[in-house]
Amino acid sequence: MVKFTLNGEPWELDVPSANPLLWVLRESLELTGTKFGCGIGQCGACMVLVNGQPTRSCQMPISAVQGAEVMTIEGLSRHGTHPVQQAWVEEQVPQCGYCQSGQIVSAVALLAAKPNPTDEDIDGAMSGNVCRCGTYTAIRRAIHRAADLQAEAIATDGAGAGGDR
Amino acid sequence: MSERHDGSTGAENGSKGLSRRTFVKIGVVAGAGLTLGVSYKVMAGPGVPATDATFAPNAFLRIDADGSITVMVGKSEMGQGVATALPQLIAEELEVPLSQVSFQFAPAHPAYGTGIGMQVTGGSTSVVQSWQPLREAGATARWMLREAAAQRWGVPADQIQMREGKAIHADNSELTYAELASAAALLDVPEDVPLKDSADFRIIGTSVPRLDVPAKTTGEAVFGIDAGPSGTRVAVVARSPVFGGTLRSFDPTPALAVAGVDEVVELESGVAVVADGYVAAKAGRDALAIEWDEGVWNDLDDAEIYGRFEAAVREGGKSTRDDGDVDAAFAAGRELIRATYTLPYLAHATMEPMNCTAWVRDGRCTVWAPTQFQNAPNIVGGGARQVAAKAAGVGADSTEVHTTFLGGGFGRRAERDYVREAAELAGKVDGPVKVVWSREEDMQHDFYRPASYHEFAAVLSASGMPEAWRHRIASQSILQRMVPGWVPGFAANWAGNSDPTSTEGARNQPYHVPNINVSYAKVDLPIPVGFWRSVGHSTNAFVVESFIDELAHAAGRDPYEYRRDLLKEHPRHRAVLDAVAETSKWGSPAPEGRARGIAVAESFGSFVAQVAEVSVENAQPRVHQVWCAIDCGVVVNPAIVSAQMESGIVYGLTAALHGRINIQGGRVVQSNFHDYQMLRMREAPDIEVVLAPSGEAPGGVGEPGTPPIAPAVTNALFVLTGQRIRELPIQMT
Repeated sequence: MVKFTLNGEPWELDVPSANPLLWVLRESLELTGTKFGCGIGQCGACMVLVNGQPTRSCQMPISAVQGAEVMTIEGLSRHGTHPVQQAWVEEQVPQCGYCQSGQIVSAVALLAAKPNPTDEDIDGAMSGNVCRCGTYTAIRRAIHRAADLQAEAIATDGAGAGGDR
Repeated sequence: MSERHDGSTGAENGSKGLSRRTFVKIGVVAGAGLTLGVSYKVMAGPGVPATDATFAPNAFLRIDADGSITVMVGKSEMGQGVATALPQLIAEELEVPLSQVSFQFAPAHPAYGTGIGMQVTGGSTSVVQSWQPLREAGATARWMLREAAAQRWGVPADQIQMREGKAIHADNSELTYAELASAAALLDVPEDVPLKDSADFRIIGTSVPRLDVPAKTTGEAVFGIDAGPSGTRVAVVARSPVFGGTLRSFDPTPALAVAGVDEVVELESGVAVVADGYVAAKAGRDALAIEWDEGVWNDLDDAEIYGRFEAAVREGGKSTRDDGDVDAAFAAGRELIRATYTLPYLAHATMEPMNCTAWVRDGRCTVWAPTQFQNAPNIVGGGARQVAAKAAGVGADSTEVHTTFLGGGFGRRAERDYVREAAELAGKVDGPVKVVWSREEDMQHDFYRPASYHEFAAVLSASGMPEAWRHRIASQSILQRMVPGWVPGFAANWAGNSDPTSTEGARNQPYHVPNINVSYAKVDLPIPVGFWRSVGHSTNAFVVESFIDELAHAAGRDPYEYRRDLLKEHPRHRAVLDAVAETSKWGSPAPEGRARGIAVAESFGSFVAQVAEVSVENAQPRVHQVWCAIDCGVVVNPAIVSAQMESGIVYGLTAALHGRINIQGGRVVQSNFHDYQMLRMREAPDIEVVLAPSGEAPGGVGEPGTPPIAPAVTNALFVLTGQRIRELPIQMT
């Protein structure tokens, strides 16, 4: 039995302990926003936050999230209003869109660690996420935009930016 | 946003509840359910799909009683923007803001066969093929709504203006489309309705936001791998590792011993392990004890393949262009400039691995597929609908194809192998089943961009201009593979003679040379080859744009000016060259340690020139900046065109820097992203796109950004280092 918090809600699951978090999310919990890309931790399509850290869910056995807080793309906000999601819409980032859940989650983690990242910071934090459609330049713009949105939100309500969740 | 924007087809059998996993113990709150979009109705009849819409004058749009306007998108959305660009065409003529329009992916149906009867998304043709019929569809509906308003008010129709989803009379009376829809539906559908003058366009030519972007930032967008009814089981298939190999025998016992595995099923393509989820299915597949008959090709390797190409060129191919007298020009005694180029096989590596869900019951087959090719009665073996029907053993009329979002296509998803396999399996098991390919299977069982070998020779005149040009090509033929089901005659000419997908961009290279010979030698090998973003242009633009650059340097000329001089009869090539030269400040010194290269190519009805600025760091090429100019004729959505240029550049740059599929022992060496590298953020150049539209008829945008980038980069590397790259991927010496 694995107990953990998923997108703010407590869960208790009876699944094989070695099953990767990715497939538990996708198949057992039917949260399909997190994607399968390579299965070997190379592409980042499966990126989620575990205790706030960007984590490749295809490489994480479900037993390893015991007691942890897991956040997926679905948990960022209820209506796509997280500053990173807003910036993604404003900059019209997605093309096919398949990698974008992972890209957004990585960007959320980056902005939590570095609220005003440089291009070098972006290169470092985002190079684990492959995009085959070549949205990299749009992602770079969107991360800078999200940093601005996040700063505005903090200036406005002083409470940090968490969207409408 | 409307729930329909996700274009989902997964909800036909109810929303995705938490019913299908008995081993799941639901925690305190069951908050995980996603509401998925609605599905389209079952279609019937040869003309227009059946619909329950209040007003649906044609297959491309429907207006419901609540006034909601839905565009039926008959093309596949794989990132290139059709789910926005096609609704733009209809909204323009219908006189509604795009924000009032949602879209659904159309069923597989002849009504959407805009590609010579095929419902297929490829060859950068979506806007090209839709430009006329979709505007007509919108204009027809607008005409009928106006007529309905005229009847309601008892005034002449020409006193009524249609704007912003409303009919407006000169006396300021207004009726919404919702109020008019049911009356309009009673009218006869007119023919030959006039279209708007392009000067009056309000939506076409504007960068309206993409309709699919919101769903692609929340995880709601439904891709093939996410689709299917509750209770769908998952299958992983073992396929012969050697091309041309067949199944000799297998023992299902070890697979069946894996917890969660239900059954093991022999298929035409291999052995399927069906389980309650991917993890068990994959473990079962890996546990299978299989003996393959490796066939006759299990010794094939790169040395033999490229050796055969060279031999085929030596033996001589078929001439596909012969201007003037190349042999005579070569015999005139001037120095011959020679070069050979070699290009590798490439995998598509879509981010979403191949997958397909199928359900066969009561003589019916339902397919959920991320497919580029839905429908094609009687040709090339059929689209997904025909292929699935045949594999499942039911009629095509009893087969439905639900198209999902595609996690990348690039030509790979125009194949139907993954659909055929899922439908065959569904016909042999109970209930819906989803075949999911591992990344390794996806990479090792692709239809690869053909490898090719190119021999060039040229002589220059005293003034340095090319006097004679000979280009000999050897490769496998994509059309050859497709010919068995291809239109007879058409195919004979294509595959046997010029083989356009092998020679496009080479036989019609645009530079003025009085004596030109281009020949093609077809080499038959068992490697499956297919359409890969920009197809023949992906190789031929590289070699032509490299060799013309070699000639420019041999003549001591500036590569931009040299091309320009040789393109006097090609104003659209020249215009994009000029535009990219201007925006890149061609001729100004590059920053210290960097150099620039240029290339231009026409493909799929569009003209693209690019300049790349490069350096070499730790013996590795680094591309810092790319400038790109495109003339794709009329532009429907400038932001999408720019995004497609960026996309094509990254795709082509990935191949130029990293892409190579090697063959050893008759099988593919590479297996995943660790040994088949993708371009990543830290390698991504800044890209500046200039639209240089000519006002000509629309051309494609999905592919034309790819061909020029590799030669722009290698031409820059030559300037920087003196090393001429004649083989991809780039290796600095």
